[in-house]
Amino acid sequence: MSVALASPAPPRAAVARNAFRWALIGAVLLLALLPILNRLPADSALHVSDFLVSVTGKWITYAVLALAIDLAWGYAGILSLGHGAFFALGGYAIGMHLMRLIGPRGVYGHPVLPDFMVFLGYRELPWYWLGFDHFPFALLMALAVPGLLAAVVGFLAFRSRITGVYFSIITQAMTYALMLAFFRNDMGFGGNNGFTDFKELLGTPLNTPNARAMLFYASLAALLGAYWICARVVGSKLGRVLVAVRDAESRVRFLGYDTTRIKLFVFVLSAVLAGLAGALYVPQVGIINPGEFSPGNSIEAVVWVAVGGRGTLVGALLGAFSVNALKTWLTSVAPDLWLFALGGLFVLVTLFLPRGLVGLLRRREP
Amino acid sequence: MSAPVLYLDGVSVVFDGFRALNSLSLVVEPGELRAVIGPNGAGKTTMMDVITGKTRPTAGDVRFRDHDLTRLDEAAIATLGIGRKFQKPTVFDALTVFENLELALKAPRGPIACLRWALSGEARRRIEAVLDETGLQARAKDRAAILSHGQRQWLEIGMLLMQDPELLLVDEPVAGMTDQETEHTAALLRRIAGGRSVVVVEHDLEFVRSLGRRVTVLHEGSVLSEGSIDHVQNDPRVVEVYLGR
Repeated sequence: MSVALASPAPPRAAVARNAFRWALIGAVLLLALLPILNRLPADSALHVSDFLVSVTGKWITYAVLALAIDLAWGYAGILSLGHGAFFALGGYAIGMHLMRLIGPRGVYGHPVLPDFMVFLGYRELPWYWLGFDHFPFALLMALAVPGLLAAVVGFLAFRSRITGVYFSIITQAMTYALMLAFFRNDMGFGGNNGFTDFKELLGTPLNTPNARAMLFYASLAALLGAYWICARVVGSKLGRVLVAVRDAESRVRFLGYDTTRIKLFVFVLSAVLAGLAGALYVPQVGIINPGEFSPGNSIEAVVWVAVGGRGTLVGALLGAFSVNALKTWLTSVAPDLWLFALGGLFVLVTLFLPRGLVGLLRRREP
Repeated sequence: MSAPVLYLDGVSVVFDGFRALNSLSLVVEPGELRAVIGPNGAGKTTMMDVITGKTRPTAGDVRFRDHDLTRLDEAAIATLGIGRKFQKPTVFDALTVFENLELALKAPRGPIACLRWALSGEARRRIEAVLDETGLQARAKDRAAILSHGQRQWLEIGMLLMQDPELLLVDEPVAGMTDQETEHTAALLRRIAGGRSVVVVEHDLEFVRSLGRRVTVLHEGSVLSEGSIDHVQNDPRVVEVYLGR
């Protein structure tokens, strides 16, 4: 007698997960097509405008920032309202490289000093500008400086068991203090004008289709890399420890985990990813100034994650793209309304969608 | 006869002139299951606090094997092999039963080690063994959030077992449990003891009776009576203060 051994139907959650994965892969492929479609003749039905390519490239870097925030906040419960600072520092590091590459093409034609230094009467390059003429060094600094800052701030805060809203306030103060510092001309970072008028990167003149495509694909690769790293972390036992720290930190400490070290690790990793995002953002928008440090920027990035759904990586991506698409659209049709819309969105999500858009899509799961 | 696991001698704790413990002495043998009962304010929780290093005794000796516990802090005492289950269970709701136990398993605890951690056959067997011991096998893949009150308590006891303690302190395990859960808990604690020593602090006399082991009655910070449940229940001094007249 034989019994039909029907393979059991995969559980609903697994089906949903598979669908999600395919949707994600489809979205990435679609994104990867954009710079190619941009090359089609302008009268082709599939032609994609320069604007769409550059604005999407920018959103991709925002998505990296959102992943970074989600890793710290959504998983480990560390709500940083200063991630914009790590983003901006990464941007400044790459900006310094771009300034050095301008060389004698500046308005004053000085072979070494950027225009603002000539204008401010600098005789020679400050020591902390040395090495930034090399791209690998600048890229390293774009990751290391945010990481180092996060290590110091995180160490001091986590060691003293500063958590929750108190930690959020400290990070707000951190980004505000940096904004004020970068506004000062004698900091050597161009004061309130920051850096702009970039010429080239890695031998490719900026503001050309080639440069746009290069930066676009670099951003997409960074996004995939960041996603892979985050997925690796949250899928490991470390990810489960982070969730446990988020929900009951003292209990985790009782189990013998050094929660200070665990939180510091994830906070630094998150800051490094934010720095990477900033480093890709600045060459695409062509400018970096102290406004990037403004506390509002950091809060806005947190809203992306809240809207998308914190505690899921897909939520961070969804939030970054959807909120920024809304912003791009709204600021072109009714620029005055954007801040109200952002505030309203935050209230709406907090009250009705605590698990964000992802929660809406996955309503059935507990 | 082997040396006692836990040895308290003449322990006193004074808070602002109030004697929470008054020259308390208690000896727990290896593998013993001991119930400690007493009215509110008798010093049961203070005794647990002294053993786990949360409270320093004003006077007296507290020893765990060869270690002087009065000189060690909470973390050091925990790593020596004393596990404590608090009244209010704190399991990690967002994680499954299996994952809760996995976090409690003895393993390197640094961030990189956790990132690289892969569940070995040996670790899996240890977790399975505790799942069996606590009767949570069927719920291994469920999130802790959806467990019943009793199951949460057993999971917490299971998490303590994962750390392989020599001495387990259990604070009011059956408060709020149904009769059936209470029975299951008594059986669980009897199973656990033997391989390790267990001290249970409890109000519920029926539960203490079902443990069927040696009972210590505390009153005003010192031992009033000690022996079998029948012995202490018939002790006139116990009847006087504990059973209330």
